[in-house]
Amino acid sequence: MIIVNGETMETKAQTVAELLDELGYEDMPVATARNMTVVRKRERAETKLNDGDRIEILVPMQGG
Amino acid sequence: MKDGVTFYGETVSSRLLLGTAQYPSPAILSDAIKASRSEIVTVSLRRESTGAKGGRAFWDLIKALNVRVLPNTAGCHSAKEAITTAEMARDVFDTDWIKLEVIGHADTLQPDVFGLVDAARELVAQGFKVFPYTTDDLVVGEKLLSVGCEVLMPWGAPIGSGKGLNNVFALKTMRAHFPNVPLVVDAGIGLPSHAAAALELGYDAVLLNTAVAKAGDPVAMAKAFALAVEAGRLSYHAGAMEARDMAVPSTPVLGLAFSES
Repeated sequence: MIIVNGETMETKAQTVAELLDELGYEDMPVATARNMTVVRKRERAETKLNDGDRIEILVPMQGG
Repeated sequence: MKDGVTFYGETVSSRLLLGTAQYPSPAILSDAIKASRSEIVTVSLRRESTGAKGGRAFWDLIKALNVRVLPNTAGCHSAKEAITTAEMARDVFDTDWIKLEVIGHADTLQPDVFGLVDAARELVAQGFKVFPYTTDDLVVGEKLLSVGCEVLMPWGAPIGSGKGLNNVFALKTMRAHFPNVPLVVDAGIGLPSHAAAALELGYDAVLLNTAVAKAGDPVAMAKAFALAVEAGRLSYHAGAMEARDMAVPSTPVLGLAFSES
């Protein structure tokens, strides 16, 4: 069980990269963080998910 | 003469930085950016709420405009949140530029200047080029420069208020004390005349969003702001007359008809 963008979910993904694939973000411009620490693009495949991890997946959005 | 403004070694000719939020439609956003002639637009990072396509569509729209992006940390209420958001923004937007916001008060959206300086120090150490959204406090400005910021962005008035330049004295003081630092009035500008006034004070640029996005015709208003910053800058260079308390006739008095002498 992990928490993605504030919502609890079950996942088979072992890494952040696999989680993005599972959620349909594979080619999207997204930024990711695990437990308030940024996970850069090149780090996603090696960053393992642990039970209870808090994952943020953010996308480009309008801003002032 | 090319009268550009330089931020962290990059020179742009437009002195208007434009936000991308709250427009009636993506097409109007795109047309407004073009009409504004802005070369730097602000963007943010948010959780996707409407399926995974909105973020891509927006990002594709911005990339097609061939403008520089200045990601923000809007909505962050602590240095830690702002630092993490900045790191995420750098990863996705592929730029070291960050408009650093650490909000200290929910009603006024006033910067938490203590958290701001802490976050700026850390981000500069990480190689970020920080554009701090700050108050018009001179001492805070000095602290931000001392930790490595090379631009200061004091507020004119609270974000989204449209009240213009609330404290002209403080803004003038900052301009006088930091003659060589690019200064941008960020937030609170509601009218092109406010923007022109900021440029007339010698400010290098203005950053605004709501004044254009929430105008009846955002594209026309974007053009109005483009003209206003140009007029304000020209006025600053031209050197304004001193204001006087008494009237002085502009038409020559000598040779006036019906006079006795």
